[in-house]
Amino acid sequence: MEPTDTAEPDYFHKVVDCQWACPAHTDVPEYIRLIAQGEFTDAYMVNRASNVFPGILGRVCDRPCEPACRRGRIEDKPVAICRLKRVAADHRDDISALLPRAPEQKNGKRVACIGAGPASLTVANDLLPLGYEVTIFEQFAVAGGLMRTNIPAFRLPANVLNEEIGYIVSMGADLRLNSPIRSMKQLLDAKEFDAVFVGSGAPKGKELELPGRRDSDRIHIGIAWLESVAFDHIDKIGERVLIIGVGNTAMDCCRTSMRLGAKDVKVMARKPRKFFKASAWELEDAEHETVQIVVNRAPKSFVTKDGKLAGMMFEALEYDISGGEITATRVLGDEFYPCDDVILAIGQENAFPWIERDIGINLDRWNVPVVDKTTFQSTRPEVFFGGDAAFGPKNIIWSVEHGHQAAISIHKFCQGESVAARMPRGLTLSSRKMGMHEWSYKNEYNAAERRLVPHVGLVERFKKVNVEVELGFTAEQAALEVQRCLNCDMQTVFTAKLCIECDACIDVCPTDCLTITHGGEEADLRTRLRAPARVTAQPLVVSGALPQTGRVMVKDENLCVHCGLCAERCPTAAWDMQKSTIHWPHAGDGETACRPKQRQSA
Amino acid sequence: MTFMAKPKVAHPELPRNALGLTRRDYEGSNSTLCAGCGHDSITASIVEACWANALQPQNLVKLSGIGCSSKTTAYFVSGAHGFNSVHGRMPSVATGANAANRKLHYIGVSGDGDTLSIGLGQFIHAIRRNLNMVYIIENNGVYGLTKGQFSASADVGTKAKKGEVNSQPPIDPVQLALTLGASFVGRGFSGDKRQLVPLIQAGLRHPGFALIDVLSPCVTFNDHEGSTKSYAYTREHYHAAVEADYVPRAEAIAVDYPAGESLLVPLHDGSQVRLRKLEPAFDTRNRANAYAYIDAKLHEGEYVTGLIHAQDAPEHELHAVNRTAATPLNRMPYERLNPGAATLAKLMARYR
Repeated sequence: MEPTDTAEPDYFHKVVDCQWACPAHTDVPEYIRLIAQGEFTDAYMVNRASNVFPGILGRVCDRPCEPACRRGRIEDKPVAICRLKRVAADHRDDISALLPRAPEQKNGKRVACIGAGPASLTVANDLLPLGYEVTIFEQFAVAGGLMRTNIPAFRLPANVLNEEIGYIVSMGADLRLNSPIRSMKQLLDAKEFDAVFVGSGAPKGKELELPGRRDSDRIHIGIAWLESVAFDHIDKIGERVLIIGVGNTAMDCCRTSMRLGAKDVKVMARKPRKFFKASAWELEDAEHETVQIVVNRAPKSFVTKDGKLAGMMFEALEYDISGGEITATRVLGDEFYPCDDVILAIGQENAFPWIERDIGINLDRWNVPVVDKTTFQSTRPEVFFGGDAAFGPKNIIWSVEHGHQAAISIHKFCQGESVAARMPRGLTLSSRKMGMHEWSYKNEYNAAERRLVPHVGLVERFKKVNVEVELGFTAEQAALEVQRCLNCDMQTVFTAKLCIECDACIDVCPTDCLTITHGGEEADLRTRLRAPARVTAQPLVVSGALPQTGRVMVKDENLCVHCGLCAERCPTAAWDMQKSTIHWPHAGDGETACRPKQRQSA
Repeated sequence: MTFMAKPKVAHPELPRNALGLTRRDYEGSNSTLCAGCGHDSITASIVEACWANALQPQNLVKLSGIGCSSKTTAYFVSGAHGFNSVHGRMPSVATGANAANRKLHYIGVSGDGDTLSIGLGQFIHAIRRNLNMVYIIENNGVYGLTKGQFSASADVGTKAKKGEVNSQPPIDPVQLALTLGASFVGRGFSGDKRQLVPLIQAGLRHPGFALIDVLSPCVTFNDHEGSTKSYAYTREHYHAAVEADYVPRAEAIAVDYPAGESLLVPLHDGSQVRLRKLEPAFDTRNRANAYAYIDAKLHEGEYVTGLIHAQDAPEHELHAVNRTAATPLNRMPYERLNPGAATLAKLMARYR
């Protein structure tokens, strides 16, 4: 194996698993450390720089960071990263003075954003401080997009949304509510804008065309139904409700039903539990609210009696599963489930009936726009797509990152630069060594288990549709949960030429991730380490030849708890603890002084 | 020294020994030695050997004298018995403990100062009596605790940190032990655990005095240019004469190694040390040959390492010679330990 090139900026970025897994590359360890120091406002601003909506995402993010968290490989449960984000948001002071400001003098370029969801809002957030005039067109009377219409208020209260959307709008965005765009051609032909960003989401719920589908008006499409509840058009539902589908929308539908008068709610799943799309924590919350989840039932038909919906017929299925895959399916027979309402939550798609087919914006054979995966540019150069509108439904945090990337492209496009030339990623390392056994960071391993977020009691939460269920961590819980973070951004940096091969680091490493051995190929090296290194997704760092014997230092990144004992025990400072700061470029980085400086501390 | 405590968190897939313990279960408290001290590597080797031998922690006794080396007994197997004795007097305490309870395993850790200067008299008598213990000398050629004066093992011509050159000839504990008839003599290097761990494993099973002299660089006072006990110098001049592998009992019965290349030294519990000669002229079983060989090599400036001499069945042993009780004294009924006033009076009468 060649010596690992740790100078390549992504190397140390990948060691910070949470930050690497986050689509927007939020500096998780940094903000958790700031929370630990009681600097909630700074923690909020570190978040905001990457993910724009810390208060919203601290409640409803899909949390790709948590399955990636190293703590989850050392123990069972990862750090409650998402809920700590909410702690920062809940306890921040007034941040208005810290927000980016739009300059008085505009740069003369105008950008239109279609849809006031997370992607468009992020584009506005990034472009306004650079002097762009941004107009956001929204079909509804309120901004927020899917965050407003599809996520129930008991998970995401309206005031949290209003506040964080308000930060962006008050920067000077021209938010035009009740202004659906009905013709893209018209918009483009008016030549009012230098660039157009489409962030209109995936607003079309999938249909389930089975016998009887059109015989009743008590069969609803999930996302449209949630939207009606959000806008108070619907305020009740029958006592018995069947939800078809088992994704996160299904979870929102079943829990909303429980608040609108349903007593018996069943979520009908076609496959066994391990194939569910819903996040584990959303399933848990739904079941806690007495929603029943029925597996291995495939919908067959809607049954009406005397012109009224009576229930649904299902096929009971049985599966053979091997190696985590379904290898065979057998039908056991029909089963009838009575109900008063059915909600279909089997997926959603983007839809562009308002984009004419002859204006240079190519759509593929599924009527999905052809969009460049890096630049988010469509086949018409001044038109960009992002969020669910670009590649179909994902989640809020992906929409935010799409917005950031599209903003970079729009900025380059408007300045006449090449859109394809992306800005380089960077990484700064700075030593935490202050003297013999003195370090400017603290990283004692705390064996505490993951804290559980307190919830409002079942009786209380069903009184109104918008009682927020999660209360957020208490001060004591937050203080302990932050200590569970392993501070993976405190990197172990090795300098081969200083090593005297005394073995001190190897002897002291609590998780046995270090070995000095003869060089070799990776597969062979992995068999010669001090402890098993079977997780090949986590890299081995291999040093150059050590001066005294020509052997190499090998570190298995997988289980390093970043305690710093290797550096503390190293007599020659061949191991050093260095804080990595990752630079993930945003529009206009390095050109203007519009973004207020954010405090970075450790 | 390290000011951060080693956290309890461990690799979830650490191998377990016959007792179901991992090597982490054989650790002791935080080392207070200098970062990079060779002694800490020896501690880690002892941990590894005790784990691999599946030793019950409560069946181990750790003994030491005074010095950097002697502090290290606190850093391994916290579940074991321990006695940190007077400077150079560890062998006496070990003898007493051993006489009282022969069922336990005894590891003495000493330094070149503790063993070869103030404790030399005790050391040679422990060999003479063939006390059943592993005696590890953590040999760095200097008095580290008192800031690096030459010890009795410092080589002629070696330089102190401030430039002074040593002119006194050294005492080599390995040669000394050979001349006194020690039944198990080995030499290792703290920087080579592959060699050291099997030596300690075998020493723990040897029914008699097992001396292991371990070259262990003093990272603070003796790791500079001109020193003959630095990491760099030792790496260049340590010379493995035999490669020793400790073969546990079950494996020794199951596998019949071809004679010739490998030499098997049976240990009394049925386990074996398998030796692979790296030097044709060297014969571990022949004391005179071993002595001559390492002496010649020392004159060339080379330290011979590995299992230097081992007897299959030692001729005499403390317990046999002194007819000590097989039952540990703490398990013996009080009446047997104390024959009573009447017996004492009878005994005293003989001297009247």
